[in-house]
Amino acid sequence: MKKKNGASVKTLYRAFVYLVLLALAVSIFVPVAWVFLASIKENSEFYGSPWAMPKGFYFQNFIDAFEKANMGEFFLNSVIVTALALAILLVIALPASYVLARYRFFGSKLINTLFMGGLFINVNYIVVPIFLMFVDADTFLRKLGFANGFFLNNIFVLALVYASTALPFTIYLLSGFFITIPKDYEEAAHVDGCGYFRTMVQIMMPMALPSIITVILFNFLSFWNEYIIAMTMLTKDSKTLPVGLMNLTQAQRGAANYGALYAGLVIVMLPTLILYILVQKKLTQGMSLGGLKG
Amino acid sequence: MKKSKARSVFIGVCVAPAVILFIIFMLVPTFNIFKMSLYKWGGFSNSKEFIGLNNFKTLLADTKFLRTFQNSILLVVCVTVITISFSLIFAAIISREKIKGENFFRIIFYIPNILSIVIISAIFSAIYDPTNGLLNSVLGIFRGEKDPILWLGDQKIVIFSLVIALVWQAIGYYMVMYMASMASIPASIYESADLEGANHIQQFFSITLPLIWTNIRTTLSFFVISTINLSFQLVKVLTNGGPDGATDVFLSYMYNQAYTNSSYGYGMAIGVVVFLFSFGLAAVISFVTKREPLEF
Repeated sequence: MKKKNGASVKTLYRAFVYLVLLALAVSIFVPVAWVFLASIKENSEFYGSPWAMPKGFYFQNFIDAFEKANMGEFFLNSVIVTALALAILLVIALPASYVLARYRFFGSKLINTLFMGGLFINVNYIVVPIFLMFVDADTFLRKLGFANGFFLNNIFVLALVYASTALPFTIYLLSGFFITIPKDYEEAAHVDGCGYFRTMVQIMMPMALPSIITVILFNFLSFWNEYIIAMTMLTKDSKTLPVGLMNLTQAQRGAANYGALYAGLVIVMLPTLILYILVQKKLTQGMSLGGLKG
Repeated sequence: MKKSKARSVFIGVCVAPAVILFIIFMLVPTFNIFKMSLYKWGGFSNSKEFIGLNNFKTLLADTKFLRTFQNSILLVVCVTVITISFSLIFAAIISREKIKGENFFRIIFYIPNILSIVIISAIFSAIYDPTNGLLNSVLGIFRGEKDPILWLGDQKIVIFSLVIALVWQAIGYYMVMYMASMASIPASIYESADLEGANHIQQFFSITLPLIWTNIRTTLSFFVISTINLSFQLVKVLTNGGPDGATDVFLSYMYNQAYTNSSYGYGMAIGVVVFLFSFGLAAVISFVTKREPLEF
């Protein structure tokens, strides 16, 4: 290859690479930014070119979303479900993954295998049987005189289901970390007369903090964004944010109130985006944990 | 041992809650899918009737199901091939060519992965809207005011509109992941390849790909399974199977049979087939892509 030619081919190639990367970045950034702009447009503006900038800051969309479309209540539901599910998940998964990673006991191999197999069970399949299980349980409770039932339409039960279905992934991640800690820590604690519980809570868990944060991040995103289970389990008016939003998008196709719809989208997106901006390093680094997702 | 009782109590207290919840909300429902698929069951009525494998027989003759099968396979193949190959190429370029703003691209590309499928669907219905959509109004500049393209309304196009949305959703995540695993390849290997006169394309095929092959294998199997699931969630909101069943995928058909049609037994039979199919597929992929792992 001639030297001069080679150099200009190289520049051309690099320019092309930047062009492609930028095009991809634009294709991701523009639609997301567009939703934000659309959320402050007046309804009449949606009938013109979609690329027109908003004429002003029409905040009424957000008020509509909160008041007419019930987003306030849905938001609160989502916050409660997500927080509760995370709390349950951590309280249950942390001790379990520590013990499963560090102790050999009768059945420990079987339990480990079960949880590994659980990684392959997807909620999209089991949502129907879980729903039917709750229907049966509620019918039973009704016979006993509890007229309202307990399991369906209960955001606390929903949180419990979220936490349970996240167990395999969380335990897989956390025990993967606990295995790497040298045994010396526990031996030293043992010599100093530290009991099992104290060793776990005061020595091992603080060391696992970075992994715990990763677990919280991933599960926050999946609980906050989840809608298939929520849609199935909450059959009445009280919904979570994604389900409420989904109904809004479907209602929108008939009656056009686009402003409130995009305001609703912003309300769902904003918490995840803020969190992402705060912790994006952590999140994109946690990625090397293996290709587990969805 | 004196401590042995305390140890057993400790182990029991720590592990039991997780195991119990796991059994109630994951194992039993999974078992129930298989059990219910053998019954004819209308759901809320309590008339369960054991019919053996009849649901599966009906399923084989169900042309609608065969169509969802075709749709799903088409989606999975297109999305997997496009996403994995492009994210590998981009990851290799970003990490090898000393691209400026690597971090910027990483941050932007990862964004779709933190968005709910509901949001992604809403974004794409804004993009694909026939009259006021982002896509058609850009294309209108080139095509003029001809009939708008019905991205979600035309039976021939709609499945590819879904492919684009799914690729858009996944590509950044896999790119970031492959970048992470490529970062662990020692630079010295590339340096000696440079000295030997291998160009970057040759290096990509004979150094980068073989060295991260284990990672590619794992992601491939999981990606196929997750595409089957995600395509359901996307279809549910974006098209709900329309127009006229052109985008019905495995799981959306199952869901519709179970809830809209209230034939739970039949729905669960679909679930069993999809379940076995997706794991069979993952196993086949894992078998076909098996190579001796290379060390650095």
